[in-house]
Amino acid sequence: MRQISTKVITAAVKEAAVRANYELGSDVTDAFRAALEKEQSPVGKEIINKLIENAEIARRERIPICQDTGLAIIFAEIGQDVNIVGGSFRDAVEQGIREGYKEGYLRKSVCDPFTRKNTGDNTPVIIHLELVPGERLTLWVVPKGGGSENMSRLFMLPPSAGWKGIKEKVLQTVLEAGPNPCPPTIIGVGIGGNFEESAILAKKSLLRHLGAPNPDPELASKEQELIEEINKTGVGPQGLGGRITSLAVHMLVMPCHIASLPLAVNIQCHASRHEEIAI
Amino acid sequence: MGDSIRLKTPLSGGDVSGLRSGDRVTISGILYTARDAAHKRLIDLLDQGKALPIPLEGQVIYYVGPSPAPPGRVIGAAGPTTSYRMDAYAPRLMELGLKGMIGKGKRSQEVKDAMTKYKAVYMAAIGGAGALMAQAIKEVEIVAYEDLGPEAIRRIRVDNLPVIVVNDTLGNDLYVEGQKLYQIP
Repeated sequence: MRQISTKVITAAVKEAAVRANYELGSDVTDAFRAALEKEQSPVGKEIINKLIENAEIARRERIPICQDTGLAIIFAEIGQDVNIVGGSFRDAVEQGIREGYKEGYLRKSVCDPFTRKNTGDNTPVIIHLELVPGERLTLWVVPKGGGSENMSRLFMLPPSAGWKGIKEKVLQTVLEAGPNPCPPTIIGVGIGGNFEESAILAKKSLLRHLGAPNPDPELASKEQELIEEINKTGVGPQGLGGRITSLAVHMLVMPCHIASLPLAVNIQCHASRHEEIAI
Repeated sequence: MGDSIRLKTPLSGGDVSGLRSGDRVTISGILYTARDAAHKRLIDLLDQGKALPIPLEGQVIYYVGPSPAPPGRVIGAAGPTTSYRMDAYAPRLMELGLKGMIGKGKRSQEVKDAMTKYKAVYMAAIGGAGALMAQAIKEVEIVAYEDLGPEAIRRIRVDNLPVIVVNDTLGNDLYVEGQKLYQIP
């Protein structure tokens, strides 16, 4: 049994929250550069260039990439031979977020849903926990903005809808979202499972590095089919018209009930922030 | 792509009527920041017949909830928030003289109609480019609703804030026209 102190978890989460918000991953900036080659709209090109510049300023001057430093989402894989000591796992993670958001001058964006009163420290956080074999603890700290989350959708399709129906709903979601979720976006698609699992799959698919192919060749080809359709819509960077509406489609799939075809579309803005921590 | 049009706030009717959807503009002068929580309070004051904490005539509101200012800076990241959340409140403010709104994302038909009727424009800043936008902000002062934290109303002085006109006073909409131009059937 390996022991991991909550202090170690708090420190790691704090550092990851700040780093995620200041330093856009090279997978995203590489995708911007690749998009510049394909974008035909002059305004679209100018916007993508400014996004590259924005990421450079944030990294250099230690300020957030985007003022919406997000609701903190934590994906955690805890080895079943790990013993967490010194307090509760949730408290340790939330203390890391609390300290990171305060000391990193990140915006506190969490409020009561009825009174709308800000909780003041960006907690609570959303935790998706999975127990895995071994004695490692892996955490992904994912600050997610409200603008792109608001444009995300979940559909309980009839099985007869099939792949054609799935494509229609994904495209409908992208078109209805238009400029609102800060395109160029990344489209996380979760198919199967059930109501809540499809949404978690869609979100989890966004953890994959941009540009990394789906390991399943059939899904890779479906992702390609969807991105081509999405980039024909003309929505373009910031919705002002152009070839690059989305940088990628990421898909995760699992079996579902014989009566169902759950589909979740989680839109990720271009400020795709995710930090992986292995403890 | 032509040069940017330089505008200085407050805006006159002439400044606004001359702008067209698709124009690239740099704005200098005073802007007021407000999101939906602050808008709600402004409308509540109007409903009660009370005075507003900010002027509206010729003014421009920037829809932004900045991140906190680190030491040595006037503001943190300060890109636009999604504008539709202010749609319920915007026409009333235009009726009282508001000439410009800066945000990101689509507006409702009611807001677009109000822009034509009261001669105002809606301009897009680059969503998610908060670090870049902050470079144009030179001074910041909270003028109302400090309890709202990032959503408080701030009076900010900007120097060449880059924006693009989306909706003009003639009813044009760059989100519709721009998309059409690049759509592949």
